[in-house]
Amino acid sequence: MNRFAELLDRLGYEPGRNNKLRLMTEYFRSVADPDRGWALAALTGALTFQHAKPGIIRALVAARTDETLFGLSYDYVGDLSETVALMWPTPQRPADPATAAPALSTVIRTLATLGKSELPAQLARWLDQLDETGRWALLKLVTGALRIGVSARLAKTAVAALGSTDAHDIELIWPGLAPPYEELFAWLEGRAEKPANRDPVPFRPAMLAHAIDDGELAGLDPADFMAEWKWDGIRVQAVAARGADGGGPARLYSRTGEDISASFPDLMDATRFAGAIDGELLVVRAGRVQSFNVLQQRLNRKTVNAKLLAEFPVHLRAYDLLVEGEEDLRTRPFAERRARLEDFVRRLDEPRIDLSPLVPIATWEALAAARADPSLAGADADAVEGIMLKRRDAPYLPGRPKGPWWKWKRDPFMVDAVLMYAQRGHGKRSSYYSDYTFGVWTKTEQGDELVPVGKAYFGFTDQELIEIDRYVRRNTVDRFGPVREVTHEADQGLVLEVAFEGLQRSTRHKSGLAMRFPRINRLRWDKPPKEADRLETLEHILTRIEAGRGAPAAGAQSV
Amino acid sequence: MRPEQLLLPTPAGLYCALGGFHIDPTRPVDKAVITHGHSDHARPGHGSVLATQETLDLMALRYGNRFAGRVQAARYGESLNLGGATVTLHPAGHVLGSAQVAVSHDGLRIVASGDYKDVADPTCAPFEPVACDVFITEATFGLPVFRHGNPDGEIAKLLRSVALFPERAHLVGAYSLGKAQRVIALIRKGGYAPPIYLHGALASITRYYQDCGIALGELRAARDADKAQLAGAIVLCPPSALNELWSRRFPDPVTAFASGWMRVRARARQRGIALPLVISDHADWDGLTATIAATGAAEVWVTHGQEDGLVRFCELRGLKARPLALVGYGEEEDTQDAQDTESAGERGEPA
Repeated sequence: MNRFAELLDRLGYEPGRNNKLRLMTEYFRSVADPDRGWALAALTGALTFQHAKPGIIRALVAARTDETLFGLSYDYVGDLSETVALMWPTPQRPADPATAAPALSTVIRTLATLGKSELPAQLARWLDQLDETGRWALLKLVTGALRIGVSARLAKTAVAALGSTDAHDIELIWPGLAPPYEELFAWLEGRAEKPANRDPVPFRPAMLAHAIDDGELAGLDPADFMAEWKWDGIRVQAVAARGADGGGPARLYSRTGEDISASFPDLMDATRFAGAIDGELLVVRAGRVQSFNVLQQRLNRKTVNAKLLAEFPVHLRAYDLLVEGEEDLRTRPFAERRARLEDFVRRLDEPRIDLSPLVPIATWEALAAARADPSLAGADADAVEGIMLKRRDAPYLPGRPKGPWWKWKRDPFMVDAVLMYAQRGHGKRSSYYSDYTFGVWTKTEQGDELVPVGKAYFGFTDQELIEIDRYVRRNTVDRFGPVREVTHEADQGLVLEVAFEGLQRSTRHKSGLAMRFPRINRLRWDKPPKEADRLETLEHILTRIEAGRGAPAAGAQSV
Repeated sequence: MRPEQLLLPTPAGLYCALGGFHIDPTRPVDKAVITHGHSDHARPGHGSVLATQETLDLMALRYGNRFAGRVQAARYGESLNLGGATVTLHPAGHVLGSAQVAVSHDGLRIVASGDYKDVADPTCAPFEPVACDVFITEATFGLPVFRHGNPDGEIAKLLRSVALFPERAHLVGAYSLGKAQRVIALIRKGGYAPPIYLHGALASITRYYQDCGIALGELRAARDADKAQLAGAIVLCPPSALNELWSRRFPDPVTAFASGWMRVRARARQRGIALPLVISDHADWDGLTATIAATGAAEVWVTHGQEDGLVRFCELRGLKARPLALVGYGEEEDTQDAQDTESAGERGEPA
């Protein structure tokens, strides 16, 4: 448990992805089975024991500490598990925490079998045996609140580094594996054969596209390509081995191969086929695809209740057919797969699964016009993010090969806003003011004032970062911990051209608006702040979005 | 005699009317008795200063030789008569030269702890509990969540990180007086022999420690090293330098901070620390409460820090206790926002 606690502790503070990988790989290399396997299960969310309620922990500490001292401490620390971990009274100095501490595998196996009534006493025994960090990790583990900024994918990538393989390979055999993954480690360390994926519905690594701009497009021949809409949902792979009676396994995977079936029972019910479809998960209401704003309200929910299912019904819009029955189609050219897909979806005749329509390509100019005004696509234009171009002759290749697939996104919205606050970044950027809060003008009783409308921390070049950082340091008017308030007057201040993908209403922000995917497009050193945009402009964009007329017309750089 | 007649809390600090002196005054006074060299306790501009020789030397290093009108050095345990009050200094174990001040008169003895810790520190004399009627304790870490554990374990964490990331520099923020030198001594004790690099703000005090015979191994100025040389190096700097322009000269730095505050995750996160090291020069909760018991004091005055927690502890033990609400100590820690220069960091010392 101590090594695992130390790993969690370190991961929680480490901002860098590569450094997190190093820490995890080092852990998997130096810790023996079965503990490291259980750690991998914890990091990938594969543990299934019943989580303890915070009330149990509160009661344990209440029985052992003074209420006033606990109250003062909790106020100071702000986190229940951490407060308890730190102030847990150790009756005597424990013998030696290193030897007395329970092993991670013991903890997890015990939790899986323990009755509810036995839990408090068992927890107390463990808390007595562990040190501060160990207690903290234990409490986070049993309450199911690990939150250390590591995705399942990242943990698998770290494990893959034990052998000369990558996360793709792990992902492919993952569904056939179970904690504590001893056969996986044996294979990675060259002590055993690769575990076979006995899963009848495995994930196949997704094919991804590169972005293209108008200039690059000119060099391509329209006759080589097929075009379809790029839908603004989440990319998924639906794999099933089912007969018409609906019997047999089925699974829904994310783009990176995580099993997300449990979150979408409504779509799983409709997945009655034998094959593998690559497509986009979308919310469809009354035949209309909803914007990503709407879909987002369905995502990341711990429990999926009937109300959520009714309000946010999900559909699969099919892009590609990777497998039909037993036949792997990935080596076939796209044009052939597309024909097979059309036929497959038609025969399926399932309302929740439909075909992503092709967009005709007469000329690149005509396609550009369609991209600028996707209402040509019918009623669903506000769910269109741009256009996908796929070479007719391209096989389905894993990863992001350059050439066969291109994504041609719609122009973003743009607004000129004024820099108001800057905050230091993390990791490599911890000495730079790299997170910017910006505002637009609005009328108040005191006259025109800037109201914050968003925060952005990328989009600028390294050189621009140095320039903004210098500007922030020289124009600071106030400081709040890591945040600096920067001069923002009508005649003095820095105007930022901010690009963003969408807007939605928000009660969390003073402006009542929240931007989607905002980034700094350009620094407008030349522009006086008083000429920056007004809140009314953003409200106008929002009204248009809500009315279902998406992005600005082609070529519009500013609104 | 009531305790307040012997030692009275005033806006300038604790005042002994009998002896006409203040302890750690926060504004210029005629006569000052100073517990230790940290800038919130040892300020320049007093008429006269009584302190240990080390504290006087450290004040001269920081403020120049004319930091006070007159100075008088006292040895630990030496009995001094100041206008009828007997004053003795006792080791506080906080930093080099740190002292508790015992003031006695007519059978009543009050001990003002200054800052203290009751755990081993190779860079200063060990803390000695002093029997007294009234104990004035600091309370920097006066909540039961502050338990500092074994500093050797924290150093082991640092050294494992250095081994795991040999191409990165490890920047360790440590207060320039006391903490920095203790961390270096602990790193040496942990078996690390290569040169340790120092930020310019740590140089003179560290040299003074070495001159006092404290072994710290080979130290180099970070300023003189090139970037490649600093890969895999341990570099000590004032905490304020960690997020500043200065830190950009190091290869992909791992930012560590050696402080008792690092026990609380939110504190470490606020400062963007990737490797918090719980190493404190103040007593933790267990140390504070054990010391209160060891002094045998029937009355406890609690100052600078988490007064409420310790006052509550005393109430539960049936001890008379009150918070002193003295201001001006340990405040720099919270308000510290680094300057953009290499001279930053000579300010907050606590923790």
